Amino acid sequence: MAAEVAVSDRPVLVEVEHLITHYGRRKILDDVSLKVHEGEVFVIMGGSGSGKSTLLRYMLALERPTSGTIRVLGRDVVNSRPSELYELRKKIGVSFQGGALFSSMSVGENIILPLMEHTDLDRKTMEIMARLKLEVVGLAGFENLMPSELSGGMLKRAALARAVVMDPKLLFGDEPSSGLDPIVAAAIDELILRLRNALGMTVVVVTHQLESAFKIADRLVVLDSGRVLVTGTVDEVRESSNERVQQLLNRRVDDVELDPEAYLKRLTGS
Amino acid sequence: MAAERQDQALDGALRRVLDAVARTGRASVDGISAFGYGASLFAESFFWLFRGRSIRQPVRVNMIFEEMMQIGIMAIPIVTVLSLTIGVMLAIQGIYTLSLFGAESRVTIGIALSVTREFSPLITGILVAGRSGSALAARLGTMSINQEIDALRVMGINPVRFLVVPPLVAMMVMLPALSYWSDLMALFGAGVYVSLDLGMSLAAFFDRVIEVLTVNDLLHGLGKSVIFAGLITLVAVVNGAGVTGGAEGVGRVTTRSVVQSIAAIVITDMLFVFVTTR
Repeated sequence: MAAEVAVSDRPVLVEVEHLITHYGRRKILDDVSLKVHEGEVFVIMGGSGSGKSTLLRYMLALERPTSGTIRVLGRDVVNSRPSELYELRKKIGVSFQGGALFSSMSVGENIILPLMEHTDLDRKTMEIMARLKLEVVGLAGFENLMPSELSGGMLKRAALARAVVMDPKLLFGDEPSSGLDPIVAAAIDELILRLRNALGMTVVVVTHQLESAFKIADRLVVLDSGRVLVTGTVDEVRESSNERVQQLLNRRVDDVELDPEAYLKRLTGS
Repeated sequence: MAAERQDQALDGALRRVLDAVARTGRASVDGISAFGYGASLFAESFFWLFRGRSIRQPVRVNMIFEEMMQIGIMAIPIVTVLSLTIGVMLAIQGIYTLSLFGAESRVTIGIALSVTREFSPLITGILVAGRSGSALAARLGTMSINQEIDALRVMGINPVRFLVVPPLVAMMVMLPALSYWSDLMALFGAGVYVSLDLGMSLAAFFDRVIEVLTVNDLLHGLGKSVIFAGLITLVAVVNGAGVTGGAEGVGRVTTRSVVQSIAAIVITDMLFVFVTTR
């Protein structure tokens, strides 16, 4: 309980309030609110179509919401000018689901890119910093390969290296350990914890994987159909009395009750 | 009963008409918005090109040179071959047509003017649209699907500055250059044929060409190339950035980009000629 108070006393780095978003006419996120405190690993969890990746896109100011406020590092990202967003984005790191490394550049060039864009360091220093980060993610010596020559797990690790090369205060990860074999996935989870512990980063991770979420999260939020089901520590979420949360945790298949007549109607499309 | 059925048929017909109207309207709005998007991209590109350095976000010169290499230098062999061929073709047609009046020796005027004012810029434009415009659309489409463009944005790197300006500048420099090269090659091809067929020496052929051509004719052709270059790049970017539907979508926008840019080139060519020549 004492630790909990300590977390909530720390400054809030990401704050989402009453976020409502639409895709065309379809409502995707419905009144989502959350707070991420400094130094914690915060996991956004949910099944496919729950809106978790969408939520990440809004936090990164890649889309404009219908309503609600989003503050990242104290800045209102919905109403920021491009120059303000530019300054903000230098302080955050993002690793995308498929890595999103630039296929026309080598791994090393990919990782150096943010440094080339935002710093005046000389090339040698930048190369050393890039190698340092590759070392951290266990890809030392791979800087001259092209992204197409890497495996899925290596791509995700290289993407993490690129995300942290500027030593951001805040790191976002979209499914950093999904789609990988259990050993590589565990290694990436370890890596995220190490980045938080060693570099003091605050980490926001989007994932659908329970094991990974429970392993790395200090706190998590569970989304379902665009709504927040529960927010809290791992234990609080585990003990949640919400039926849908328990369904997700215990991997129970959604039993949709449907009377035979309605079922027939849906099949025939009339 | 019959009346009801008639009503239903009428209803169906009305709905079809309304659907068609709605589709036309939607397509028009999409077209206009794509046009506006292209224009704003063009303006934004020049902002980054001239103002980028002062806000410490310069356009990388080496990227422009890389694009120039791809768009320009690598296209020289195919431009050479096609231009020589077109020169010979024009010479054959010209001599045939003029022989009807017994005025074969006047063929140089027709060749010199049609090559520099029309054939070179048009053929180079179409070639580059197929070669580099499609490649650009495919590249941007793939990047967009792989979230690479999102990655650029969240890194604080403006995608227009990074991905649009280099090919745009390279295209606007290299297309006129290629077009000029095409002028030379087509005239050479025509000269060789004319000298063989009419027994006129190559030197005499070029003497006449230079006599006939004015700087204005050359600039007419090269000026068009610059406009074509802008069109090819913007059509490719608008299509590539708007890709949806995975790898299949990339194929679709690539094809569409080539068709649209060739259409844009031919139509703009006509308008340009109408405005500057009449």
